[in-house]
Amino acid sequence: MDTPNTKSEVESVGTGSRATRILGVATIMGLALAAYMALVSSPQDENMGDVVRILYIHVPIVTMAYVGCGLTSLGSVMYLWKKSQWWDITAAASAEVAMVFTALTLVIGMIWGRPTWGVWWVWDARLTSTAMLLLLLLGYLAVRRLQADAATRSKRSAIVGLLLFPNVIIVNRSVTWWRSIHQGTTILNTLKPKIHDQMAVTLVVAMVVVAMLFVWLVIHRWRLTWIETQLDAHELDLAIAERRAEATGPAETAP
Amino acid sequence: MLRDAWLITRKDLRIEVRSRIALNQIAPFALLMLILFAFALDPDSGVLDRATPGLYWVAVLFSALLAIQRAFALESSDGNRDALRLSGLDPAGIYLGKVLSIATQLALLEVLLGTGVVLLYGSHGGNWLLVIATCVAATAGIAAAGTLYGVLAAGLRVRETLLPLLLLPVLAPVLIGSTRAFEAARSDTIDQGWPWVGLLAVFAVAYMVFGMFGFGPLLEES
Amino acid sequence: MEPAVHLRSAVALIGRFPALAGVDLDVERGEVVLLEGANGAGKTTLLRALAGLVPIVSGEAVVLGHDLRSDRRSVRRHIGLLGHTTMLYDELTVDDNVRFWAKAARTEPVDAEAALVALGLSGRLRHVAVARLSTGQRRRVSIATMVARRPELWLMDEPHAGLDSEARDIVDGLVRQASQSGATVIVASHERGRANALAGRVVTVAGGVSNVA
Repeated sequence: MDTPNTKSEVESVGTGSRATRILGVATIMGLALAAYMALVSSPQDENMGDVVRILYIHVPIVTMAYVGCGLTSLGSVMYLWKKSQWWDITAAASAEVAMVFTALTLVIGMIWGRPTWGVWWVWDARLTSTAMLLLLLLGYLAVRRLQADAATRSKRSAIVGLLLFPNVIIVNRSVTWWRSIHQGTTILNTLKPKIHDQMAVTLVVAMVVVAMLFVWLVIHRWRLTWIETQLDAHELDLAIAERRAEATGPAETAP
Repeated sequence: MLRDAWLITRKDLRIEVRSRIALNQIAPFALLMLILFAFALDPDSGVLDRATPGLYWVAVLFSALLAIQRAFALESSDGNRDALRLSGLDPAGIYLGKVLSIATQLALLEVLLGTGVVLLYGSHGGNWLLVIATCVAATAGIAAAGTLYGVLAAGLRVRETLLPLLLLPVLAPVLIGSTRAFEAARSDTIDQGWPWVGLLAVFAVAYMVFGMFGFGPLLEES
Repeated sequence: MEPAVHLRSAVALIGRFPALAGVDLDVERGEVVLLEGANGAGKTTLLRALAGLVPIVSGEAVVLGHDLRSDRRSVRRHIGLLGHTTMLYDELTVDDNVRFWAKAARTEPVDAEAALVALGLSGRLRHVAVARLSTGQRRRVSIATMVARRPELWLMDEPHAGLDSEARDIVDGLVRQASQSGATVIVASHERGRANALAGRVVTVAGGVSNVA
């Protein structure tokens, strides 16, 4: 991929490539297939009827959200260890996509839950933990957006990112432990279908397709950040040249 | 390192004694929270009494936010953040020193809040050993995690809004654990409280260790 | 003996701005060097970079034998930086502040005491909270905290600013003493007259670069 050197060049360079176009098309086709399987061809559950179909979208999305979060932590560790910008950008891109997936999980849960069970929200362990995941990710992304030079921002984000997954685990454990005390059948506890063959296949297909979607999104986000970074580096070279030219004339000032 | 830590703790506590910010501003804020809770939850209906353990720890958490902000704000008057780095003190030592200073102030706030809760809500303490163990473990955890995220937010223009967003989700397990432990202390299921104290202790140790390593790099980048 | 300072094409960034755009500088131990230049030329950044506060992103940078590219922190115990801000704790007294900084640098209490005396702070001002002092008095306290640490490299940014003439004489005397006892002194100043008398040589800074090495 050519790195652009001016703003106008950036506008004409996209983040697409042959590989991502193939992946993108495959993903769309996969989504169509998964939707068909989930909504039409897979059977109803014995106890829950059609309600079980929410699992086909809920489980893959929330799984990828946690995977994305783990990837962010991994990227943060690798950045701190190897000082590799590649990992830094991966951590950031992964966190953004994971955040969207997490928000989506919660919204889908609420939209489905209201007509089905009559409530917008239950303080069930998994739902609560997912809400906490969203907040932890938002905190990480807030640090990513700080006004500071790139190296500072990367380092601070990496430290927060490194703690992200451990925090998620600790919060998850505490919330689950807490909610397990107050037994009683919460609504989502009844969401335990017996997975027959065709349901299992559908679920696997859904998982694979959503994973492809996740990867596609992360790649594009990654490349976008990469282009921005390259542009910054180029502007820095220009700025250094301008700065030195000050010696012969008036220009910007340093603190 | 411990020598440096002690130097920082003594310096911070001496500043507190002279300026009395915790006494004049944070403590009244904590008591104010107790009063506001009573307004919101109607003391007559019994809800206030049942909710006391949780309300207590929520008040501690919010007061902790103020104490942590203060611990780093006192370093920023007039370019001091440079000074802390320039001093040549071991960053892990600075970290421990700040943790100890914040923990001390929090402990005093907790005693004050405890008194307030007994007087204002008519609450009874329950098993003293469990209560004290919970307070020690929770305070250590709050101070350890708070100092780490506090230095990250310090010196930024957005620090007042960033610190709560970062720290409160992280401290959610402490809130859950300490509240459950307090509830167990007041009821006859006391032995159910001790596992929660274990969780709090693990949390505190984990953050303390990580803080000693992570504080230095965070202090550096300004 | 190795030089106190050795910089080659050093580049330092403040945010995205290259405050230092390729500085060359060599200073031997015991020298007194004056940095001159217009506002915004990069003098302050250069001093802060030598103190290890600002990262050097390219070029060579060795101060007192420490390579600043790999480890900015260890050199700090051996330098003293007098900047534009006072770096004092307002709520503490003059005595508290000087002793704190001395203890942080692991120097003896007697050094703190000597610093207080030298700057005229050992009398009634000793137990006054810094917040209640005038700007000039605070500057004296800042200088005292630096002196009490007995640094090998003195970095002073406009040391005479805000001081009365008595204090300026004291500062000049301290600089001479330091240089004689082997410490290196780098001063950034607009006060040509005074500073010139102290300095062995002059380095001009402009556009983030130094012209006379």
